[in-house]
Amino acid sequence: MEKLYKFLKYTFIILWTVFIVAPFLWAVSTSFKDFQSVNSKVTYIPWLDFEPTLEGWRVLVKSPARGGVDIVEPYFNSIFVTCTASLISIILGTLAAYALSRFTFKAGFVRNNDITFFFISQRIMPPIVLSIPFFIFLSTIGLLDSLLGLVVVYIVLLMPIAVWIMVDFFNRVPKELDETALIDGCNPYQAFYKVVLPNSIPGLIVAGMFCIIFGWIDFFFAFILTFTEVQLLPVKVVALNSSITPWWSLSASALISVAPLIIVAFVVERYLSKGNLSGALK
Amino acid sequence: MNFKHKYVFLFPGLFVLIGILIFPIIFTIRLSLSGWNSYTPEMNFIGITNYIRLFTDDPRFWESFFRLSFLSVSTVILQYIIGFALALMVWREIKFKRFFRVIFLIPMMTTPVIMTVIWRTFFHESLGPVNDLLGNIGIGPILWLSDPVIAKFTVIIVEVWQWTPFMFLLLLAGLLSLPKEPFLAAAIDGASSFRKFVYVTFPLMAPISIGAIIIRLIEASKIMDTVFVLTSGGPGTATETSSFYIYIKGLREFQMGYAATLSFTYLVIMIISLTIIAKVLTKLMIKE
Repeated sequence: MEKLYKFLKYTFIILWTVFIVAPFLWAVSTSFKDFQSVNSKVTYIPWLDFEPTLEGWRVLVKSPARGGVDIVEPYFNSIFVTCTASLISIILGTLAAYALSRFTFKAGFVRNNDITFFFISQRIMPPIVLSIPFFIFLSTIGLLDSLLGLVVVYIVLLMPIAVWIMVDFFNRVPKELDETALIDGCNPYQAFYKVVLPNSIPGLIVAGMFCIIFGWIDFFFAFILTFTEVQLLPVKVVALNSSITPWWSLSASALISVAPLIIVAFVVERYLSKGNLSGALK
Repeated sequence: MNFKHKYVFLFPGLFVLIGILIFPIIFTIRLSLSGWNSYTPEMNFIGITNYIRLFTDDPRFWESFFRLSFLSVSTVILQYIIGFALALMVWREIKFKRFFRVIFLIPMMTTPVIMTVIWRTFFHESLGPVNDLLGNIGIGPILWLSDPVIAKFTVIIVEVWQWTPFMFLLLLAGLLSLPKEPFLAAAIDGASSFRKFVYVTFPLMAPISIGAIIIRLIEASKIMDTVFVLTSGGPGTATETSSFYIYIKGLREFQMGYAATLSFTYLVIMIISLTIIAKVLTKLMIKE
């Protein structure tokens, strides 16, 4: 019985791993193909099934004028928008989360939990509902098709995540910590800055990672709110898809776009194994 | 501890969020009462005409809504079962524990639209590897993207691949934070693994499970990216979700007024149904 269970368990784990890895392996293989090896019949293994070429990868750094894709600029745009929006969201979200965790607010029937819920509930908002008014709003103030406009929109996407993680995290940081600091003569800001914040690094890292993930993977807002001046990575890659399909450069650009965040998987795992994440994610 | 300082901490975030959101919401409500389209792009007032049209004369929206409910509920259930199973498997010591944990997390770090582009080539009906491999053992060719029924399952497969890791992460973090004592007590009583799961692990995990399911339902109800790239709502309207339908009305046909009506109705339905689901789940899973 135990043996059978163990067998089933490992079978499941291995099958799931194959399922997860399969599209990546396919993309890696495809990125080295040329027209012939994509369109004649389905090929898998380089050298054995087809003659590999680097064309798919070379196209990425060529300028569009010479038939390239130029993925470099969208790459930096994506990094800039994600990081800026994450940073602002974390700062504002952490401050708000600290207030909601430590002080009591009362305004009519509104209590702390309601305010927290208000923050988090913004995730319910379907992107399409916001995108139409944002489209008109940003075009009125001239921020359509600009990095700044996107940052503003992404703050709405990311601040709820920062608040969600940080409220739970601060609830776990003992209150005595800031109380002692206050007795020692700190004002509330110093207590927060000098005592609470340094003890909240794991929570901040988790919140930061989640903001970066959800900022980096967004497609819809970037798709609706930018056109030609500014392009983000996902939009650029998807645009490749809609023309005639050069699967090799498509795969290469896809792989290079998802690569940086895979590092985050390792960081998350490290925090998970050290037990730091358990508190932050409950 | 009660200062005026507390407002200094809370207000910047709160007001930035409200400031960014208040305009779109009021604007959506006002827009929904107008006939703004590409012929008359202006904020006229036509009362609740749009709402009457929606409730009496637009089966396509309601179909897209039921399709969305089906897709999001079924993907979340699958994600919960698989995610929980995976989390249990790598919770305690197994070989290559950390390696598998990283692998199981990877899909959620990848951009959905970009991976969907890859999935599209993967499920390509004549040049993709799935039909080729299945063909070798005599199955197929399966119409992954052009059969109205199968296309729904293709969307589900991709969504499960993409988001099971998130469920897995939340549940594993929960498992790792459970107290040790109940498990020791169960071990002393000589409970089998199965009984341990039913009487100890599962009840302890109930609050975390509810949280994880609701977070995933919220995110799943926004399914859009996958559909957009994989099938563009097709074939026909077979995989069209509410968001995608609103997108077509608003930003392709430029019936802004009507799209705003759809948006606002959709948002209200979303908030009500998610609140009900949260209440029901809490009742079902937490027994006093």
